[in-house]
Amino acid sequence: MADESRHQELETTEAPASAEPAASPPVPEAAEASGNRVLSALRGILLPALALLAAFAVGAIIIIVTDFDLLGQWGSDPIGAIGASWSSVMRTYGALLRGSIGDPGALFSALFSADWEALRRAFGPLSETIVSATPLILTGLSVALAFRVGLFNIGAEGQLYLGSLFAVIAGFTFVGMPWFIHLPIAVAAGFLGGAVWGFIPGLLKARTGAHEVIVTIMLNFVSYNLINWALKTEFVQREGRPDPISKIVEPSAVIPPLIDGLRAHWGIVIALLAAVGVWWLLFRSTKGFEFRAVGFNPRAARYAGMSISWATVLSMVTAGGLAGLAGAAVILGGSGTLSPGFSPGYGFDGIVVALVGATRPLGVVAAAFLFGALRAGATPMQAATGTPIDIVVVIQALVIMFIAAPALVRAIFRIRAERRMGSEVFAKGWGS
Amino acid sequence: MTAAPAAPVMTRAERRLRTRQRILGVVYLLLAVGMVLAFGVSVGGDASSSFGLTAPTAPIALPNLVVPSATTAYLLAAVVAFAGAVQLTRGFGTRWAVVLGLVAFAFVFAFLTWVAAGQSMNLTGLLETTVQRSVPIAFGALSGVLCERAGVVNIAIEGMLLSGAFVSAVVASAFDNPWLGMLAAILVGGLLAALLAVLAIRYRVDQIIAGFFINILVAGLTAFLSVRLLQPYQNELNTPERLGPIAIPFLSDIPVLGPVLFRHNIFVYLLFGLIIVIHLGLFYTRWGLRVRAVGEHPKAADTVGVNVYWVRYSNVIMGGMVAGLGGAFFTIGSTGGFEREMTAGRGYIGLAAMIFGGWNPIGGFLAALVFGFADAIQSRLSILSIAIPSEFLLMVPYVVTIIVVAGLVGRARAPAADGKPYVKE
Amino acid sequence: MKLELRGITKRFPGVVANRDVDLIVQAGEIHALLGENGAGKSTLMNVLYGLYRPDDGEILIDDRVVAFDGPGDAIDAGIGMVHQHFMLVPVFTVTENVMLGVETTRGPLGQLDRRAARERIVEISERHGLHIDPDATVEDLPVGVRQRVEIIKTLYRQSNVLILDEPSAVLTPQETEDLFAVMRSLVATGTSIVFITHKLNEVLEVADRITVLRRGTVAGTTTPAEANREELAAMMVGRDVQLVVDRTPAQPGEPILEVRDLVVRDERGHNAVNHLDLTVRAGEILAIAGVQGNGQSELVEAITGLREPDAGDVLLAGQPLADTPRDVFEAGVAHVPEDRMEDGLIADFTVADNLVLNSYWQPPFASGLRLHGEAIVSNAETLVGEYDIRTPSIFNPVGNLSGGNQQKVIAAREFSRPIKLIVAAQPTRGLDVGSIEYIHRRIVAKRDEGAAVLIVSSELDEVVALGDRIAVMYRGRIVDTLSPEEATPERLGLLMGGAHPEDGEPVDLVGTAPAAGSEPSDG
Repeated sequence: MADESRHQELETTEAPASAEPAASPPVPEAAEASGNRVLSALRGILLPALALLAAFAVGAIIIIVTDFDLLGQWGSDPIGAIGASWSSVMRTYGALLRGSIGDPGALFSALFSADWEALRRAFGPLSETIVSATPLILTGLSVALAFRVGLFNIGAEGQLYLGSLFAVIAGFTFVGMPWFIHLPIAVAAGFLGGAVWGFIPGLLKARTGAHEVIVTIMLNFVSYNLINWALKTEFVQREGRPDPISKIVEPSAVIPPLIDGLRAHWGIVIALLAAVGVWWLLFRSTKGFEFRAVGFNPRAARYAGMSISWATVLSMVTAGGLAGLAGAAVILGGSGTLSPGFSPGYGFDGIVVALVGATRPLGVVAAAFLFGALRAGATPMQAATGTPIDIVVVIQALVIMFIAAPALVRAIFRIRAERRMGSEVFAKGWGS
Repeated sequence: MTAAPAAPVMTRAERRLRTRQRILGVVYLLLAVGMVLAFGVSVGGDASSSFGLTAPTAPIALPNLVVPSATTAYLLAAVVAFAGAVQLTRGFGTRWAVVLGLVAFAFVFAFLTWVAAGQSMNLTGLLETTVQRSVPIAFGALSGVLCERAGVVNIAIEGMLLSGAFVSAVVASAFDNPWLGMLAAILVGGLLAALLAVLAIRYRVDQIIAGFFINILVAGLTAFLSVRLLQPYQNELNTPERLGPIAIPFLSDIPVLGPVLFRHNIFVYLLFGLIIVIHLGLFYTRWGLRVRAVGEHPKAADTVGVNVYWVRYSNVIMGGMVAGLGGAFFTIGSTGGFEREMTAGRGYIGLAAMIFGGWNPIGGFLAALVFGFADAIQSRLSILSIAIPSEFLLMVPYVVTIIVVAGLVGRARAPAADGKPYVKE
Repeated sequence: MKLELRGITKRFPGVVANRDVDLIVQAGEIHALLGENGAGKSTLMNVLYGLYRPDDGEILIDDRVVAFDGPGDAIDAGIGMVHQHFMLVPVFTVTENVMLGVETTRGPLGQLDRRAARERIVEISERHGLHIDPDATVEDLPVGVRQRVEIIKTLYRQSNVLILDEPSAVLTPQETEDLFAVMRSLVATGTSIVFITHKLNEVLEVADRITVLRRGTVAGTTTPAEANREELAAMMVGRDVQLVVDRTPAQPGEPILEVRDLVVRDERGHNAVNHLDLTVRAGEILAIAGVQGNGQSELVEAITGLREPDAGDVLLAGQPLADTPRDVFEAGVAHVPEDRMEDGLIADFTVADNLVLNSYWQPPFASGLRLHGEAIVSNAETLVGEYDIRTPSIFNPVGNLSGGNQQKVIAAREFSRPIKLIVAAQPTRGLDVGSIEYIHRRIVAKRDEGAAVLIVSSELDEVVALGDRIAVMYRGRIVDTLSPEEATPERLGLLMGGAHPEDGEPVDLVGTAPAAGSEPSDG
């Protein structure tokens, strides 16, 4: 049996393990070691980058083969079809890029025109990317933190919903408070809501061994229904509305925009601060030391006097809280009101973000911006080229596959396996 | 480390079992009190509940079943209270599951008499809807049983259902043949399962991540394709012929049972057939013995010459085919056209039903019926103007699953090697 | 059926498990394969069973060379194996377990014919007096019965050669006697048996021929008639004690660790530690010798707070030792766990982090929630120098270090603070000679500083080299305590094998166990 518990240890991708700077500043004289670190950091980036490349390539194939006009052309004019396919894919991905970052030309000229309106329009796409990246950073951190402790938090979506409910209630209940009191309360309420929803699987795992994956999946569905119900109660539902929609939060609880007229809001700062906080917690605090120890080798952690139960509960509460913050940021920084289905799956995207970011806070931030850009660019892309926005979901799915199966990527790109073959095995049984 | 009492020592498992039994007893007692208050006291003393059993047009008509609402609730509460008292004091031993079923039945019936107090309710119709609603869940559960009995966790049931729904609609429309649609759904389910199997068995990707990947891949692809292909070619690609109900001669004329069980389309009969075949197969054939051995102790199976990898691959693919078939029910077996995300989490409820049903085909089907019943009641609440939010009924499957997984009630025991890759030495 | 192994050599990275091993098992004989832990017995048998491919040498059955690609081939050739860790599906019935892989079926769909299988099982079980209920579920059966199920499994497959890997390790004396009766009944019908063991009495009692393995090679072949216990023990452990540790005689002080009437159960609910008493004084090393699986691990886990004892006391300097690993750490106990990589270190953590794995939460390494990176680094730099840990950098993952250096990391972590007691289990397993000497020197140094030391080891050399007193543990109890002068390999080997030196009879622990709350050790 000992043999099986051994496999409980979580290894998402092998890179973070060795590449992680220890709880210590780099030592200058250890030039050799730091050289290795650069190398291993590069290697840490290489695999996700190749996974992305492969995913976009497969996405391109899907775009081409589902284009009936193009398919017809393959028969009559194969050479032309290749060109047409290429330009179709380029058009689609180009529109995606313009929708998420903006038109380089327009950006450039707007910068020099000093025309406020032109600037705002030019930076619109970037602003949308930031809007999407904000919750993704937080849910990505949520999943990544739990991963570090050996837990798979599929429940970020539900935690996000609970957080948004708590935040919106705190947002409209308190009236007449100054913003510097009300806003923190509303944001904290969001954290609390998610934390409660993370506490349940954490406690059940620690006390009864119930598998957190099943419990969090189930709690996601419970949360949807809970929200639907809450939105119909007199307390939450907006007066005079028949549909399930909440009251609007007080202006004092609204997260203000970074720049007037753009949708990007200060929530991104909250998210970045949370990333710093999680980094500190994981790599500079005693709790993080325990979290990582339990995640890597629960048996040794227990031998060293750490409490696995505590680490489980505490990390799930924190992970839930982070996802709850995401909910708060979306609601308080966006529409200011809660309605069912407001999240296009931020919680699930968080899993992709955490995997691509190799469960490192900095990596999570980078991955969140990447996938935020995909989300932001998808709508304009559909408008411009008619390619459905859901291609983004497909690409995300493929990224997961390529990230989760490094052997697959290595096989495709013919990279020699690293020293620790088979370390991508991270197996968890159901039950206890 | 002070001196522990030497005698009489119960092992920790025994103590936990005893505690659990006590908790269950207390729960029963609370349930009885709740039944008295909610279903008895709240109803007037002379109200009665009327249950319609047969349609007026039925060949054999039965009179409505009429019971006094409050009295029935009190009687059933008394039964539950008695069960609770016994459970608390001496326990039911191995028959606890039967008692739990009895208590659940008493509670549900009391609930129904309360719902129907002062009015009439079509019981047969309710049960018919229950079966309808539980079909895809049961297919999902069956798929899960096939995979997990061989030791591969399958949370991709949702994606397999959705792919089956999509492909069957498209193929049935394109070829004007619902049977081809059904076949295509089975194939695509098997294909996705093969992908899951390769990732999980060959590349040893974490099985949960692999399943999760398939779910979002299918969600994304079907949504993408329905915008790209189904919307412009709605008539050509998304108006499949549906497979209508087939009334089985004689059997379908039996009052209550007839409409509930024998007036459905082919999917329901296929489901019944598969449940029986897989159940018999798993527990009474060489194939089943080997499958279960691989799921419990692959190394032991290997040392006696069973090909662990072959068993796992074949079972996962079969599981995918079953889920694909179940997915076809959503379109050609029910509403017709495909809509994005139309499975709405049924695959996850199927997973829940599998767990609740103890990784057993028949158990999974019964659990699916329970969840289908909650769904059916929920869909009728508005008609019956009952003051329970439908959302709480919709939560039932999920909450029940959490309770089961946490081992608070009963013991759900997964195959011992479920989710663990097997590495040959 | 005659079985012959000729010149079998099997290498693993860094070790030669078997070197040029010859073994001949005649039809109808019980051939004992005797050796210490790690002598290469199991490897040899895995080669024979097709689980490993030999690097050199050949297997002959009835004088014909055969080659096995997997257990399937071995089974087909008539070889059956009862593994030390049973290969039974716990939730299956006896019948299901036995028939798995060679199912009797009827009908085209492969319906199981349980009745036919059941009848054959009953018939086999009656023929050899195995007493099995074919309908019982395996997980409900006691270990001894499970072993009989494994034997039936091989007989059901009509094996002519039966390999029993340490069959008596998990059995009570009574069960062992029953097993021997079964074995005799089997050879009477022409089956050959390879009986792997390290217990001298059992070998002399049941074997027809004995081959002794030592360090992967054949140390000799004999018969019970020609050999006696002392000769076998000497052959098994070798006469030469290689290791010599420079040390002065111990100066025992106050009792530090007192274990009184301790009972610890293992996972199966058996008394792995069975009313055990021991005392370790300040400034002395008590070494516990014994074959693995006689309760040593459970004893260590109970002392270090990892396992809850069922009865008895563990006192540290007269105070009850608290019951979590953290409390035990704070009380001043150093623990060198049995399995370095699984229990002692986190392979992915750096050397620096592993050096504070149990003290990271207290000053100077942390204040409140905050870790002090500089303190952790300077601690690591000091200890790496002091303990001669060879690592490219203190930021290297400890998993990349050699075994010896890994063990030095543990020693550095555990010994570099004021401690009253060291509990070290198998402290030098798998290490090179240099590292072994180094670890031993460190342990002796801590003793000389006044720490009490409890060593658990299955290496006789180590026990003799280190122990100021040497206790032998057998079936959950200390059967005897010797001085280093008394502890000849022969004597230790006898005690470890369960023979009492005075009367030469197996120690009957069930009979002599104290009355209070007693139950059979494997009950």
